[in-house]
Amino acid sequence: MSKYAVAIHQLGFRYAGSAGDCFQQLNLEVGVGERFGLFGPNGAGKTTLMNCMTGLLSFKEGTIELLGQPINQNRKATNQLFGFVPQDFSFYHELTPVENLAFFGAWSGMRKTEIKKRTTELLEILDLSAVRNKQVQKFSGGMKRKLNLAIGVIHQPKILFLDEPTVGVDVQTRKAIISYLKELNSNGTTLIYTSHQLNEAEELCDKIALIDNGRIIAHNALDKLLLEYREIGLEGLFIQLTGKKYTDL
Amino acid sequence: MYKLRATILKDLLILTRDKIGLLSMFVMPIVLAVVITALQNSTFELVNDNKVPLLLCNKDTGEASRQLVTAIEKVGIFNVKQLIAGKSEKEISERMHKKDALIAIIIPNNFSAEMVLKAKDISGKALTEFGMQADTTGPVAQPMEPVTLLYHPVLQESFRQSIKGALRSTIQLVESKQVLKSLYFSINEKQLPEQLENDILNNQTGILEIPISRDGSRKIPNATQHNIPAWTIFAMFFIVISLGSSIVKEKLNGSFVRLKTLPTNYLVALLSKQLTYLLVTLIQAALIFAIGIWLFPLMGLPGLNLPQDIAGLFLVTLICGWCAVSFAICIGVFAQTQEQANGIGAVSIVLLAAIGGLLVPSFAMPDSFKTIIKLSPLHWCLEAFYGLFLEGGKLKDILINILPLFAITAFLQLAAFAGLKRKHLV
Repeated sequence: MSKYAVAIHQLGFRYAGSAGDCFQQLNLEVGVGERFGLFGPNGAGKTTLMNCMTGLLSFKEGTIELLGQPINQNRKATNQLFGFVPQDFSFYHELTPVENLAFFGAWSGMRKTEIKKRTTELLEILDLSAVRNKQVQKFSGGMKRKLNLAIGVIHQPKILFLDEPTVGVDVQTRKAIISYLKELNSNGTTLIYTSHQLNEAEELCDKIALIDNGRIIAHNALDKLLLEYREIGLEGLFIQLTGKKYTDL
Repeated sequence: MYKLRATILKDLLILTRDKIGLLSMFVMPIVLAVVITALQNSTFELVNDNKVPLLLCNKDTGEASRQLVTAIEKVGIFNVKQLIAGKSEKEISERMHKKDALIAIIIPNNFSAEMVLKAKDISGKALTEFGMQADTTGPVAQPMEPVTLLYHPVLQESFRQSIKGALRSTIQLVESKQVLKSLYFSINEKQLPEQLENDILNNQTGILEIPISRDGSRKIPNATQHNIPAWTIFAMFFIVISLGSSIVKEKLNGSFVRLKTLPTNYLVALLSKQLTYLLVTLIQAALIFAIGIWLFPLMGLPGLNLPQDIAGLFLVTLICGWCAVSFAICIGVFAQTQEQANGIGAVSIVLLAAIGGLLVPSFAMPDSFKTIIKLSPLHWCLEAFYGLFLEGGKLKDILINILPLFAITAFLQLAAFAGLKRKHLV
């Protein structure tokens, strides 16, 4: 078994019709069991890199391996390894949480009895049991965020990709989500997380990478990076390494 | 298999919770079928059962004009309202603008005298041809002043032409009678006996109308028999609004991103949509047929007679439904937004229905359309349904319509697959 949850080697990627490369010979490794945070200014390449890692974008140069398996060779097998929690609400608003979990569970390759058991468990943990049979369109933003997370982890993936998993929620919901993510990690799930909420990132991540203009400009344990750059927080480190200028204009 | 079942269940749940979607798929086509059939039936009855109001102003006092009035009344399709002879064209027009009648006939004041002269002239020429002496005394016949037919502009061209034809026949009858009388008098120097006049003029050979059918039945097709198959097809293809936009919605919202990261091929989702919406099209057809059979007679409309080959009907409905679903999927795959799917979907269905003969009968289309008609899947669906409903055919009789429908369906499926492949979705 590979010691890396994700191993990226010499990745090159360019959007069709685009003049420049998004990435050139990009290398990155995320160890099994890490709580890894990927940060950078808008347009730095975080989402593109996340999409390459989850197979949503196909690339021609370099390799990406998930737990030692190249993602572009046997998609069915590699897709089984990870869960994905996109920033957008990625479920059917016309359905109830139970119905959503049943559908996404089936698509994740789970059996009916397994889905039923896991659904009860997840709704209990995320405090959604009381609304299990209510249509999601009537839910608050926080409840939708929790369901978004539940669907991403229903099949108990070994790696969990999270894109802004707590955006737009209140403090209580945010704390509940972060607490659950830590619990997942303590049970062996590798977290790969991206967000603009740096306080939250400091609380969750033990290792980070900063990306700017498609290049990894820093990658290490958070405390080591803070020490190296003589900063007391992630926000200061972020500004020091990526500058104060707007980059997405 | 469990993935497919779960996906079908998901699609069915979403479908049944979309009240507007259900309304557009079931209620609207039913309303359309009822309204169009009722309207067409009333037009049919207007021509065949009810009498068309006609204003008749006879400015002449002679026998020929009276004969013409009697002949017009005997045509049977007019409800003749006679006006006093002094009415002007303007006064008649005003009454027509008030919709007292959509047509009016004015017989000019010298009609009978001119007709007698014309008859005498023709019979004289005939006698000369026979080598006999004709009476050449008296005034010479001049071209007759025409009978005026006033019509309201809302009257359709085809309807006006049939009225004109009926009027021409009655004038022809009166003219023939006058010529015959004149000829008889010139030869025998006495009046034409009434019995002989009847034998010659009122003893027309009848016309027996028989609808040709493959099963030998002689049921006369009615508006329901024409409309129900046509609007059932229209309803089936109109699922493009629901299915096409559902695919686009799924592509655009976050759930699609997640689906792409799961270990299941998107073809499962497409197969589920095909099966779910195929079921919808079958329910639509069953519902509209049931309304045609049981509800229409209660509404005073002719009931629908199902074809003898029920298995053939089921198969044709299934293939038409599959073609409609394939078309909707194709639109959904290629459209970028829901607005595109709805707009392109709705307009293209109306266009395909128009060129397919649902709105205007294909036999009435110009030659330049004959090739284009064949490109419309709705045309082949309609031909297959008409083969069963109107011609009393069996499945083997309509294979010639089903095969092109299969070809179009296969093309649409391949196009949708190619579209998904290009977008790396399968």
